[in-house]
Amino acid sequence: MEKMNIEWIIEKLLFISAISSSFIVFFIIIFMLHEGIPALAIGWDFFFGMDWSPSNNQFGIFPIVVSTFVVGIGALLTAAFVGIPAAVYLAEFSPRWVHSIVKPCVEMLVGIPSIVLGFFGLMVLIPLIRDSLGGWGECILAGWIILAIMTLPHVISISEDSIHAVPKAFKEASVALGATELQTIRKVILPNSRSGILASLILGMGNAIGETMAVLMVIGNPNIPWIPSSILEPVSVLTSVIVIGINYAVWGSMHQHALFAIGIVLFAIVAILNAITTAVIRKGVSR
Amino acid sequence: MKIRENVVKIGLCSTALMAVAALFIVVAYVFFNGAGIINLNFLLESPYRFEYGGIFPQIIGSLCLVGICLFFAVPLGVASAIYLVEYAPDNIVTASVRFFVGCLAGIPSIVIGLFGLVFLVYRLGLGISMLSGGLTLGFMILPWTVRASEEAIKTVPHSYMEASLALGASKWQSIYGVILKSAYPGIITGILLGMGKAMGETAVVLLTAGSGLESFLPQSILDPVASLPVYIYMLATQGHTEASYSRAFGASLVLITMFLIISLFAMFLRNRYITRNSGF
Repeated sequence: MEKMNIEWIIEKLLFISAISSSFIVFFIIIFMLHEGIPALAIGWDFFFGMDWSPSNNQFGIFPIVVSTFVVGIGALLTAAFVGIPAAVYLAEFSPRWVHSIVKPCVEMLVGIPSIVLGFFGLMVLIPLIRDSLGGWGECILAGWIILAIMTLPHVISISEDSIHAVPKAFKEASVALGATELQTIRKVILPNSRSGILASLILGMGNAIGETMAVLMVIGNPNIPWIPSSILEPVSVLTSVIVIGINYAVWGSMHQHALFAIGIVLFAIVAILNAITTAVIRKGVSR
Repeated sequence: MKIRENVVKIGLCSTALMAVAALFIVVAYVFFNGAGIINLNFLLESPYRFEYGGIFPQIIGSLCLVGICLFFAVPLGVASAIYLVEYAPDNIVTASVRFFVGCLAGIPSIVIGLFGLVFLVYRLGLGISMLSGGLTLGFMILPWTVRASEEAIKTVPHSYMEASLALGASKWQSIYGVILKSAYPGIITGILLGMGKAMGETAVVLLTAGSGLESFLPQSILDPVASLPVYIYMLATQGHTEASYSRAFGASLVLITMFLIISLFAMFLRNRYITRNSGF
């Protein structure tokens, strides 16, 4: 009987741990909403207002949202441009010894702390862009490159896995029909691993949009953001506005509420991207 | 035709090399700019303004923050994982726990930092402190600990559990004595990876733990605490002198080295784990 009691208590304790782990999410949502609602309540002028100028009580985040997507999508395309061919090479052509060197290096890339990558960008990339292309140096292009380096490992790993997941028989059938290796990859392998590759890209974009420090250090963060017209212009993104603003915002002011509301918008965007990723993977599996 | 194939192959290969090159360029650049400044004084002295002194409080601060973070996230994460794998009935509660833990993994770290700021720093009155920073980092890595522990526990063969139950052990005795004993290298690997993530995290610590330039060691867990990432951020964005940049490189190198040691250890454990399990 004694023993049964201990078993019962342990089971309940474990249950409570599991429940409290998931309650953290509730807490986060409730507190974020509580702090953000006064700014969200501004409505149209908050979401679609063109002016972000806290000192003049103007809290329009539209240019920031647009910049965030420009930076996120561009970073993703850059990562895809390098990552997908790299994944094809690693999955289909690379000799074993090359694979055993390249793969750990790619995994190590995840480990470089974002602050170090951002600092590298600030010291190397920005002078390089300033000297060769002109402008301030701190710009969208620099954000693309730094974020691409950060998302590359995810894109390569997941794409490689989904290329491996294509049944060998498909490839053999195609080669047996007389197709060359490259034709097989283009017409058989890539179409069949499409959903995995797509999922890796959307997930990568979620990571890129939620990333803070690395991007903050290279994109310039003008005080009054505008919708960029060239990739050499400095921009502010959602995450960088929060970090820079939180030091100046008086606690309880509309500025502070607006920063939390930006956090909610960010959370929502990333949640939607994650949901799309899950849906894409599920569709790929059912197919 | 053959030539074209080769050209394409070389093209594909060069993209893979670009990814490797990115790693080497970043690491080499940080190494060559940071190695010069690192000596015993740099590691063991306190910083003074942007240009003088060392980074001792920053190193200790980072370690303390990670310690608190693990102290919170590991027991909770491992317990949750045990419940989810071994006890959880197949019902809506379990499904929602899984769903919400998944959600937590998807929340950008800056949002978790904001939550730590409003909930721990202001609402609970812990202030900008080591405790607030450590706990907020704990929220951040909790889902990774849960997931890694779940995976590790799932890989233990069913027959172990059955054998233990057949020998008369109770369920908890079997889990504690058999399952956890077999799964611990996997769990530790997961924890180490989470530890690396927490150590490099800047935004969360910047919002909840301190300004990074503190030149003193924290006396209690309610003191603000310096940390390496925030120190690098401050020097890089507000230093504006050669001396402060080179200290930032030195601190970056220390941070990367600490991370590298953790990852190598994790890799070592993973390999040992694989060879041991395939030995049966």
